[in-house]
Amino acid sequence: MAEQTTKMATRKSSSAKKAARPVVMTDLTGQTLVTLRTLNEKNPASLATYEKLGGYAQLKRLVTEKIKAPEIINQVKVSNLRGRGGAGFPTGLKWSFMPRYYDGTKYLVCNTDEGEPGTFKDRDIIRYNPHQLIEGMAIAAYTLGARVGYNYIHGEIWQDYEIFEAALAEAREAGYLGENLFGSNFSFDLYAVHGYGAYICGEETALIESIEGKKGQPRFKPPFPASYGVFGKPTNVNNTESYASIPWIMQHGGQAFADLGVPNSGGSKLFSVSGHVEKPGNYEIRMGTPFKELLEMAGGIWKGRQLKAVIPGGPSTAVMPARAIENATMDYDGLSKAGSSLGAGSMIVMDDTTCMVKTLKRLSYFFYEESCGQCTPCREGTGWVYRIIERIVDGKGKMEDLDLLTDLSNNISGRTICALGDAAATPVLSFIKHFRPEFEYYIQHGKSMVDGK
Amino acid sequence: MLSAEAIEKIEYELAKYPKDRRQAAVMSALRIVQIERGWLSKESVTDVAKYLGIPEIAAMEVASFYNMYDLQPVGQYKITVCTNISCMLRGSDEIVDHLQHTLGVGFNEVTADGKFCIKEGECMGCCGGAPLLHVNNTHMHEFLTTEKVDALLEELNKG
Amino acid sequence: MLNIEIDGKPLEVEHGSTIIDAADAAGIAIPRFCYHKKLSVAANCRMCLVQVEKFNKPLPACATPVADGMKIYTRSKAAVEAQQSVMEFLLINHPLDCPICDQGGECDLQDIAVAYGASGSRYTEEKRVVFNKNIGPLVSTDMTRCIQCTRCVRFLKEVGGMQELGMVGRGEHAEITAYVDQSVNSELSGNIIDLCPVGALTSKPFRYSARSWELTRRSSIAPHDGLGSHIEVHVKDHKVMRVLPREKESINECWLSDRDRFSYEGLNSPDRLKVPMIKHNGQWQETDWKTALEFAAGQLKDITKQYGGDALGVLVSPNSTMEEGYLIKQLSEGLGCGNVDYRLRQTDFRLDGKRTGTPWMGCNIQEIEELDRILLIGSNIRNEHPLLAQRIRKAVANGAELCIVSPLDNDPLMDVAHKVIVRPNDMVNVLGQILKAMSGLQKLSLCLPPTLNTLLEEIKVRPNTQKIAECLAGISEELILIAPKVGIFLGNMALSDPRFTEMYSMAEAIGGITGAKGGILPPAANSTGMHLMGVMPSATGMHARAMIEVPRKAYLLLNIEPELDCQHAALATDAMAKAECVIALTAYKSAALENADILLPIAPFTETSGTFMSMEGRVQSFQAVTRPLGECRPAWKVLRVLANTLGLNGFDYNSSEEVKNKIFHGEKPSALVWRSLNNNLKELVEIQINIKKEGLQRIGEVPQYESDPIVRRSPPLQKTKYNIRPMARMHADQLTELGLQDGDLVVAYQDKGSALLKVRLDNHVAKGCVRVAAAHPLTAGLGDLMGDITIEKASTEHAALYEKQLTEMA
Ligand SMILES: Cc1cc2nc3c(=O)[nH]c(=O)nc-3n(C[C@H](O)[C@H](O)[C@H](O)COP(=O)(O)O)c2cc1C
Ligand code: SF4
Ligand code: FES
Repeated sequence: MAEQTTKMATRKSSSAKKAARPVVMTDLTGQTLVTLRTLNEKNPASLATYEKLGGYAQLKRLVTEKIKAPEIINQVKVSNLRGRGGAGFPTGLKWSFMPRYYDGTKYLVCNTDEGEPGTFKDRDIIRYNPHQLIEGMAIAAYTLGARVGYNYIHGEIWQDYEIFEAALAEAREAGYLGENLFGSNFSFDLYAVHGYGAYICGEETALIESIEGKKGQPRFKPPFPASYGVFGKPTNVNNTESYASIPWIMQHGGQAFADLGVPNSGGSKLFSVSGHVEKPGNYEIRMGTPFKELLEMAGGIWKGRQLKAVIPGGPSTAVMPARAIENATMDYDGLSKAGSSLGAGSMIVMDDTTCMVKTLKRLSYFFYEESCGQCTPCREGTGWVYRIIERIVDGKGKMEDLDLLTDLSNNISGRTICALGDAAATPVLSFIKHFRPEFEYYIQHGKSMVDGK
Repeated sequence: MLSAEAIEKIEYELAKYPKDRRQAAVMSALRIVQIERGWLSKESVTDVAKYLGIPEIAAMEVASFYNMYDLQPVGQYKITVCTNISCMLRGSDEIVDHLQHTLGVGFNEVTADGKFCIKEGECMGCCGGAPLLHVNNTHMHEFLTTEKVDALLEELNKG
Repeated sequence: MLNIEIDGKPLEVEHGSTIIDAADAAGIAIPRFCYHKKLSVAANCRMCLVQVEKFNKPLPACATPVADGMKIYTRSKAAVEAQQSVMEFLLINHPLDCPICDQGGECDLQDIAVAYGASGSRYTEEKRVVFNKNIGPLVSTDMTRCIQCTRCVRFLKEVGGMQELGMVGRGEHAEITAYVDQSVNSELSGNIIDLCPVGALTSKPFRYSARSWELTRRSSIAPHDGLGSHIEVHVKDHKVMRVLPREKESINECWLSDRDRFSYEGLNSPDRLKVPMIKHNGQWQETDWKTALEFAAGQLKDITKQYGGDALGVLVSPNSTMEEGYLIKQLSEGLGCGNVDYRLRQTDFRLDGKRTGTPWMGCNIQEIEELDRILLIGSNIRNEHPLLAQRIRKAVANGAELCIVSPLDNDPLMDVAHKVIVRPNDMVNVLGQILKAMSGLQKLSLCLPPTLNTLLEEIKVRPNTQKIAECLAGISEELILIAPKVGIFLGNMALSDPRFTEMYSMAEAIGGITGAKGGILPPAANSTGMHLMGVMPSATGMHARAMIEVPRKAYLLLNIEPELDCQHAALATDAMAKAECVIALTAYKSAALENADILLPIAPFTETSGTFMSMEGRVQSFQAVTRPLGECRPAWKVLRVLANTLGLNGFDYNSSEEVKNKIFHGEKPSALVWRSLNNNLKELVEIQINIKKEGLQRIGEVPQYESDPIVRRSPPLQKTKYNIRPMARMHADQLTELGLQDGDLVVAYQDKGSALLKVRLDNHVAKGCVRVAAAHPLTAGLGDLMGDITIEKASTEHAALYEKQLTEMA
């Protein structure tokens, strides 16, 4: 089985063949997986597989039984599903913002642009279980009255984009997309859109601009996409995993989904674990699972080393020293109590050989590189911050630099159009806060306290 | 002038959007033309803009914004190595050093035979397979080791 | 209305306003760079951050809508910290060399940095350097100074109608630029200079010629198109250094067309005539005013005595002031001459005597924005009235539908709902179709002159004209607009056309059915004013065209270059050559005045006081902003003294105001204007229906930078892409029919005259037409602006001749 899916997913790329399967089964004993439910099948991405597991039945049921939108939205609300794109906004609530009555086309957008370092879960959904995403989007479209949908897929994963395009063709062919579905007057066209390398397009309004054929520059909100989205029309944007959770919720009911998790964090969730672990990959686990269990599933720290720090939800969430995360649970409240946040569930694990100064340099380079450049604090600030850290790594740091870095980051944060500014500030602030001695050592000695280089 | 194949592919993309929103297809159109011609010269960007009926500068804004467009000639195989945090933690530096050493070029340089160039990439959304690289924007190679890189180069050299 | 509080001050503001609107209205200063009230909100500079109660982070005042009960603090600790930090970020990559920057002294960044910045920078890293771009002859760039506010980009896209600048690259590497090696060609491009809050975009002609504090600023009125835009003229040492817009919401808003902005360079032209000159035995000689005026008066007296007043022709520029027009009309009457006219580019005068009042645009400039349907007939609007085009663009952006009937398919840079592009000859037919379709829609039987009725019977309505009719009636696929506000306007090509009467009558009739506003778009700064004062032939007098068709013994020219400013260049040249005496009141020495005998140097608009009446009937007076150059005198004075010398009575004016008072009988100008503006005809006008179907027709537009003697001499305007040499522009099908190719050399014949021209493929030209620009030495041999023309392939001798012409012109 593994052979086959790997082959399908990577086509000609030979290197992955012998590699460990990046996706691992989870603790949902006796329970089907939620967003990756086809994973253990032979041909996970195929329509036949998905149908065999009850796929598209929910869409068909809702449409043919003419289930009313408020009822569906209510189930989503009950499910406690919170946006899986990182901000954790309750999905049911977001859906209720879409105007009910609107004279013209409404749009549905799926955000598969994951480019936040350490995040790679949506890719597995579109390559192993694309039809569930399609069904989830179709249900959302039915609920929200959207006529056209786009799934915006990260530029670098071309092969997975093609898998998704193929799945769309299959779904159209089978009558799950297109005009007058199941003989109803509900019509929905869904298209794949290919990004071309810009992290900022993960931000929903930048993504919308990009769909329109422009630079990915975020729009100022308000107006929010629900009133002014794609082509200026009402648009609902959700993350891939959010949509892919919908068919399961429809099948089992909102409460069942909520019960998978803990209060305030419904469901199970994909956690992308990368960095210094033995078995990096995606783990679909219940919300509220202790960090330790997740780390264990990922094979623990590699090479028998010690845990030093974890970035729990992608670089836009604060880094946590080992002691802070060790007893935390993996859910919204659990991580926020422990001093960080869940983000997109992108856990980057660092062992005790990691130099925090150099790591921060790479992260601030990322934000500097990826700033779209429209707003002053982010455009000018991220470059400034990066240059200071670069100077420190080059051995030319000054003690005042640390306060300056903190001050600059505070001056970027909260003063920009989109949250990239805040995201850029977070690592700087949290790295310096938790690992200040390492920075001071570097400045004093012109070299790393950890690797001596 | 765009080739007939390029036009066919662009038309496929255009069909995804409302008729009066031809600009929406600009990213795909640029991608299609880049794949066909190797890189995006000024003429290529102009061709795309003309075909879509949008201002040339609007097409250039897009072409210059996204990382994967090449506004300068690249090698036959453009190798983009992710050096972001998850890859860095698992040794992307070593992969980069190895590539640069083997090919004798630095980032953004093309080998003398025009065959290869290396670029530094940002997160490709596949961090579970770190370290990794992709070739010509399309083929992803994960869980890299220096041996795997050698094998890949050999394969590409043959092809 | 919402109740809010800014800095403790309770305010009532309108629903939907933003914090910055509210603050601006209350006179509370909030710093800003990217925000501009006329542009879309980008909210990218973040300079306008303010503190709002209950929000844990500062909000951009420019983009945040007010909500009831909102409490806003613009100078609180949190607000000031935010503003200071943005300022610090803005300055890290900005050169701090204000003393050598052209914007120094009038730079928003400089001002706001002083008021809102902190002292000293903590930035010690290297500054970014951005390479400069050449974006054309009008706007100079210094892109290292750019702060990426994108005002220029948004202006060109939203107001100019075409994205010519963009921000390429990403993040810190983002740069404002035109497309590779291209220039910015908008006819409104100069506005980006005003919009740029720093010294990144500055005026190329003005660059480094003066510092802002050395300039004296004086108000004036733009002297070219019919809008009457408000301008501010900046003067140093009695020389006009630059022209900027003065804000006037109802006319030019805060904009200015490039023609109005950069024409001043023509005022400083070496061509300026500084002393009176008399031709003796074919040789020009400088002389003094007394001699010149006495000589001129003598000539006028002799000729009118000998041959009667009718032997004199008086041609007046519609860019001259009302006072000048009034006096020259009076002077002509004094000489018993009824041959006076300002309508130099008109062919068809059949409406003379049939009008009820002074024709005008039929509504206010501002009203254009509120129209739902607009029909433009024979107008290349961007060329004729760039800022009016901008108003229409706004209307279209607000959902208005624009229809065009024209021989030219030029891109107006806005959506066109329907258009019919036909030969000028066929425009009458098309308007007839629209009329017929409209009456069909309304099931009306029209009260029309019999010929028109016959015409309508014969006409077959085609689908696209049917669409125009439906559009004007408010009928469209999705919804029916009840009583749409319609505007119908006739532009320069219609005004110059020999079938103007027919087009006008049809437009009136269509307007009658639709209840439309509209009328003509008077081409020049004072066309309407000249009409109001009757600077037109007396009942027995000759109109402008007749005066050159049947040459006069003598001519008195006010502010014109006959072969460039008259409808029929060849006839004008010929008439001047044949005349015994040509007296030209002119600001320039000119090849076009070689046939004159006396040149009297007059002051252009900047050196005299006077009054223009705009297309919307606005009477606007202005003062001289500099003293006259050399011996130049205001034309009103010259005319007064000339009349005195002639011994005519009633010319004892001591100032232009006195003349103005006379014109308006001491009334408020608006009272007279109100009585006289009227597009109605007194009676039904017989129209001609047998319009020629065969043969090529010329479309003789006047390029906007050739429209009058001042703009013709503005070097920067002449360097723009509009300064294209006249060519024989034709549609591809037409070229095939004639067996011609782009680049061929041809001879164009009109009447007895001809011109050598290069052929240019131009699919914007209706089939059956050749577009040959007028008002240019190369086409001075040609005839009617709109009329028959023939094209022949040129011989080899011609090629040599053409080269010679080019070298001569260079
Ligand atoms: C800089 C930035 C990058 C983002 N990247 C992603 C992304 O890659 N994928 C994603 O789903 N959401 C991303 N988001 C969040 C989206 O803006 C948006 O909130 C999300 O797609 C909404 O879906 P959800 O409610 O289902 O989470 C990003 C936000 C920011 C500010
Ligand atoms: S915060 Fe950065 S990425 Fe976001 S809009 Fe502003 S400049 Fe662009
Ligand atoms: S003026 Fe508000 S962000 Fe620029």
